[in-house]
Amino acid sequence: MDKHATFSNTWLATALIIPQLLLVFVFFYWPTAEAVYWAFTLEQPFGGSNQWVGMQNFQTVFNDSKYWNSVIVSIIFALATTALSLIISLGLALLVDRRLPGHQLFSFAYFIPYAMAAPAAGLAFRFIFAPSAGFMAAINEWYPNLWNPATNGSHALLLIILCQSWQSIGYNFVFFLAALQSIPRTLTEAGAMDGASVLRRMADIQIPLVAPTLFFLIIINLTDSFVNSFGIVDITTHGGPARATDLMVYKIYFDGFKAQDYSLAAAESIVLMLLVIALTFFQFRFVERRVHYN
Amino acid sequence: MIERTPILNLVSQAILCIAFVAILSPFYIVFAAASHDFVTVNKVPMPLLPGGHLWENLSEVWVKANFGQAMRNSLISAVAVTVGKISLASISAFSIVFFNYRARMLVFWLIFITLMLPLEVRIVPTYAVAANVLSPLKSMLSFLGLSITLPEWNLLNTYPGLVLPLIATATGTFLYRQFFMTIPNELAEAAKMDGAGPIRFFWQILMPLSKSNMAALAAIMFVYSWNQYLWPLLVVTDQQNYATATMQLQKLVPSGQAEPPVWNTAMAANLIVLLPPALVSILLQRFIVRGLISTEK
Repeated sequence: MDKHATFSNTWLATALIIPQLLLVFVFFYWPTAEAVYWAFTLEQPFGGSNQWVGMQNFQTVFNDSKYWNSVIVSIIFALATTALSLIISLGLALLVDRRLPGHQLFSFAYFIPYAMAAPAAGLAFRFIFAPSAGFMAAINEWYPNLWNPATNGSHALLLIILCQSWQSIGYNFVFFLAALQSIPRTLTEAGAMDGASVLRRMADIQIPLVAPTLFFLIIINLTDSFVNSFGIVDITTHGGPARATDLMVYKIYFDGFKAQDYSLAAAESIVLMLLVIALTFFQFRFVERRVHYN
Repeated sequence: MIERTPILNLVSQAILCIAFVAILSPFYIVFAAASHDFVTVNKVPMPLLPGGHLWENLSEVWVKANFGQAMRNSLISAVAVTVGKISLASISAFSIVFFNYRARMLVFWLIFITLMLPLEVRIVPTYAVAANVLSPLKSMLSFLGLSITLPEWNLLNTYPGLVLPLIATATGTFLYRQFFMTIPNELAEAAKMDGAGPIRFFWQILMPLSKSNMAALAAIMFVYSWNQYLWPLLVVTDQQNYATATMQLQKLVPSGQAEPPVWNTAMAANLIVLLPPALVSILLQRFIVRGLISTEK
């Protein structure tokens, strides 16, 4: 950090940094602090300032079985999408890295899902997997009501898991491919000389060497599934049927803006914030230090 | 490397081809469904060859969902986020890296921490701030015992409301900082010796050097802000004038079971919405990928 610092005009430095600091203060620090304030207070029914209630909002949240349902659904969703998307994109990156004919076309195409907005992807998947039109409906023609995400909770959850996994393949794939390409060719060549087959080299040389990227992506994908899933849920299932896809971020939106209960939504936000902070912290402290093979 | 693995190569190619089809099929199905009429699109399974009603569906939904205005709003706010982000990120990274002042580490961390909490998790209070931007100032003044009546400054249903909260994060600043750190010290010193002040150094040396960085950040920010959904949904209540393109999707599928969804026009709308970011990421893929990967380090 101290390498640079060539200029010493403090006024200019301040003027350059002020706009960003101002924005960050108004739209980041203030709202975050306000969320904390709301989480510990209750709005008075007849106006006036909020009343301090301590942990009461959190107690309400934690005593609510609907909230625990939402936590469990979110965790299943996070683990399933992360596992599915990472396994598929690591596998594809390993194969593309073999540089067989056409690998450039493949690596170009696999990135494209990155471009689709969550609600757009949700709408496309809702059509493809609709019970009475599209493609999955063929199953229902063969055996009525075998597949129906509109009434069956686990089908709906599966639908949003598939959608989110598909959407994050593009991002994960480019990270894996970049990590694989940065492995020195001499290493895999030495493995080949020693008689290791292609698959053996993947398992014993390439995958261990991309472990830092893998762990980085695990954290990013978990965080992303907690925060970026709103668009998919809102377009495909609206949290239903019977709260089977009521992810935490969707519940916050619902409690805060539909039910107008800011204190409850704030307490839920704080829990989600802590979860996301814990994941980020874990990434910095643990993953960055421990998983380092080169 | 000379190695003969014909069977493995065949299997690899087969998997890659299947994945190619599976990954691109949602795009193709959206396109194909958008080109059928109402009866054909509801056949099970839907015919995969495109029909002849694409233009008809597109123009119908363009009018029905008010896409003329919505696409303009999306374009305006995406361009504003992109330009705003690049300008803010570059000058604040310049200040942090090239100037010597005591608080710069603190400032760096203040900005860097914003990477931790995305907009979605602090959505409720951010909305409250957008409804009255001067409320932080007001509360601080009243805390200091001053009661000055400030006007209400409301960002709901405005372009700044759609744009500013998306700019208030550290992604771009971080990218620029990483890039500025790689610039050799000698370059800045040489410029200084030749009589260039900080502003001239910034404009005539740093900016031309960071062109590919700028392209990466621009493409990433454009796709990111075009694809925003939750924030516009909250900030915009005046659907007629300020709705963005992604928001319109929600109106095309009924949430209840009462009426069957009109899939062909819904998919036509989807095609309209996904086309701009898809084009950007096809044309600028090289930059986007490089930008994404360099933010990691």
